[in-house]
Formats: sequence, C-alpha cells, structure tokens
Amino acid sequence: MLDETTALTLSAQNLTRHYGEVVAVHQFDLQLRRGEVLGLLGPNGAGKSTTLRMLTGNLAPSSGSVEICGIDLLDKPQEAKAHVGFLPEIPPLYFDMTVNEYLLLAARLHRVPQEALKAALENVKQRCGLEQHSNNLIGTLSKGYQQRVGIAQAIIHNPDVIILDEPTVGLDPNQMREIRQLIRELGTTSSVILSTHILPEVENVCDRVQIMHQGSIVFDQPMIDLRQQNTSLEAVFTQLTQ
Amino acid sequence: MIITIIRKELHMLFISPLAWLLLALVQLVLAWVFLVRLDAFLEIQSQLLQIANPPGVTEIIVTPVFAVAAIVLLMTTPLLSMRLIAEERRNRTLTLLISAPVSMTDIVLGKFLGLMVFFSAIISLIVALCVSLRTGGMMDFGLLLSNTIGLLLTVSSFSALGLYISSLTAQPAIAAAGTLGVLLGLWLIDLAASATQSWLHYFSLLKHFGHFNQGLIDTLSTAYFILFTVTFLVLTIRRLDGERLHG
Repeated sequence: MLDETTALTLSAQNLTRHYGEVVAVHQFDLQLRRGEVLGLLGPNGAGKSTTLRMLTGNLAPSSGSVEICGIDLLDKPQEAKAHVGFLPEIPPLYFDMTVNEYLLLAARLHRVPQEALKAALENVKQRCGLEQHSNNLIGTLSKGYQQRVGIAQAIIHNPDVIILDEPTVGLDPNQMREIRQLIRELGTTSSVILSTHILPEVENVCDRVQIMHQGSIVFDQPMIDLRQQNTSLEAVFTQLTQ
Repeated sequence: MIITIIRKELHMLFISPLAWLLLALVQLVLAWVFLVRLDAFLEIQSQLLQIANPPGVTEIIVTPVFAVAAIVLLMTTPLLSMRLIAEERRNRTLTLLISAPVSMTDIVLGKFLGLMVFFSAIISLIVALCVSLRTGGMMDFGLLLSNTIGLLLTVSSFSALGLYISSLTAQPAIAAAGTLGVLLGLWLIDLAASATQSWLHYFSLLKHFGHFNQGLIDTLSTAYFILFTVTFLVLTIRRLDGERLHG
C-alpha cells in the first residue's frame, strides 16, 4: 500500500442523481485500484446504468464528484475521459460501417496517435477474435460478434478504467467463456467495472462485489472474503434485494 | 478532433445512396434551368444588342440559376440534416461520441462542417456549370462571386437550423418535417413582408439572399446569416449539454 494514490484509478464520492423527484442513485462511493475487477450487481432499476453513465461522463451527477486517475471528470472532462473505455448496455455501433472502419473511428476519437493506429487495431481485433470479420459490415454480424465489436471499441485505446455494462448478453456459452477470459486479462493491467445479472460470472471473474438496491450500495466485499465465509453470492443477493 | 468527426460524417453520408442521389438530382434540375436560360438568352441576343447598356449573359443566366439553387437546397437540407443527431440518438450511438474525449462543441461543429463540405461540393458544381459560359464570351465574375458567397451563407443557415431541429428529437422523419416547415415559414415571411414593407423583411432568409443574388454583398445580410448560423449552433450545443445535465 505504498503508492496508494497512484494505484487508485477511479474514485467516486457521494454521487447522487435525481430525476425530478425520483432519486435514482443515492450517495454512491467507490474506490477502484489498478488490477481490480469489480462486479456491480443489482436488480433491474437499481440504478446501475445511471451510475455507469455518471462515471463515464454521459450524465452529470446532481451532486458528488468523480476522479479518474486523479483528474476530476467534471472539471476536465476531456482529459479524464481519455482514460476511460465504456461499453453501454446497447453497444453504440454504426451498422453501415465495416468493423475496421468503426474501430479506427473509435481509436481516433480516443486520441490514439496516427502511427499507433494500425498496431492498436490489429491488437484489439486479435484480443476480441474479430480478425475474420475485418471487412464485414457491422449490421450483418451476429449479436455475439456485434457485442465483441462493442468491447473492442471500449479497449482499443488501452484505457486505465474499463466499464462494461452487461457485456455477455446474447453470447453463446463458448463466447461467454472467451469474453470472461478477456475481462480477466484486462483486469491485470487496468481496472474493470462489470455490471451484470449473471451471478456465476461475477464469482468467476471479479475480485470484488458491490450490490446496489434502490439507488444505494447495500453490499461491498472482496470475493475472497465471501469464499472464506463460504456464503453463496446468490443467497446474499436474494436476501438484500427482496 | 473536429477533423475526425467531419470525416466520419462525410463517410456516413457517402456510404448511403441518398447523398449520391441528391447530388445527381440537384445537378439535373440546375443544368436544366441553366439550359433553358441559355436558350432564352440566345433567342433575345439580337434584340439585346439594340438596347443601350443591355444586361449581360451573367445576369440573364447565372442569377436565375442561383435563385433556383437556393430553393432546391432549401428542399434538400432537411433530408441531409435530419439524421445528424436524431439518428444517432435513435441508434444509441451518441454515447460513443460523448464517452470519447471530445467536447460537445467539437461534436456539433464537426457535424455542421461535415454537412457544409457536402454543400460546398454541390455549390462548386454549380459554379463550374456557370463558368462554362466563359467558353462563349465574357463573364461578370463579381456577380458570380457574390452569388456564390450568398448561397454558401444561406446554406450554412439552413444547415445550422436543420442540425438544431435534429437535436430536439429521436425521429429523423420528424426532424426533416420540422426543418422543412421552419425553412418554408421563413420563406413565406418573405412574401408577407413584400406586401406590407414591414420589419418582417429582416427575418426572411431568401430576402437576404436576394441581395447577394443581385450582386450586392450587403453587410447587414452577411451579419444576419452569420448570426443565424451561430445562434442555432450554440442552441444545439446547449441542447446536448442540457441533456447530459438534466436527461
């Protein structure tokens, strides 16, 4: 714990978001370190997606602050966003573009330097298993491959914080295993936040679990502790959110 | 960063057949008008020689071609501007741009300039059409220049308005209908104004374009077009920012 502040990649304090009278997220706190994979769980409408949108600068919080690699997201949004990769619930894909065109666009938007573009593109296609589909239109790909393009878009610029909102939806079991493998790999060099409904996925991949319910965090523990106590995540989840 | 977004917009435009179809149709209509005017000019040429100080070939052919071009571009702008933001919102692709380290101003300006590059291509084709008259005689390049500047300014106002209306909705068709409605409204204001000689004059886009069309680079009209464009671009940026804050 020597260089605690440098290892901290994402820090959110007292994030709160109202939609009119409705409080979608209430006093959300999060400290994320490099090399940590966090699983964000919660029933539908718990405020997960709203939280992720606030962490990526897509939505301004009603109050609270977000720092990414020590840069305030609200003060210097562009510098902070350069360190984040985001896959929203619905992947932001242009169906009329080919995989190559789309990934190059994503790389340019995320300020990958011109001379590194080609290497970044090849690397990300290899990691996400998209080599065979370089020149296919995204609209003609199957759901699983579209999801992979969405993930590729989020990691092409080697961000320090990777935020994935339900990345394994619509994938077959083999693809799911590959994507989980990929997330574990990403988790060694960056911080990953993984929002999902699939509990085994969290048990499999994550180092830490947070459960949200009605806009607040009701549970926050390292996976190791859970395993030691020999409690199942499903039991905890059901108990806390019903 | 703006360059990346301009390139993306042009790419999206030219992979759809719509852009090519519009380029061809606009060119077809204007070439037809051009030929009709050329025909009329050749017919009355001998009579023109008898008048003192007769109107030149540029006034008889180029001025009406640009007047028609302004109306044709008024009709085509909604078709091109409707998808700029509405479609991105509908397909949830706006997230890609907003999550990237790009400012809202860059996104809006990039989209606007992308559309303007396309319109510049159309306008340069019209200019090329008119310059072809040079093969048969003298031309008034001053009048051609004022028409070109006027058309560029007019089209930039159309585009800025179209972009703003596109940012208000998630339905491209509604954006198109709204833009066409407002642009036609600004045109009809012109008709009402010429009847009453009222303050409505100052609001009519085509009235201001008329000055350029006659060869007059009017400061008031130039200022009007620039203010109109800037106002709607700022409104678009504010609209997208507001969505992030309140959405």
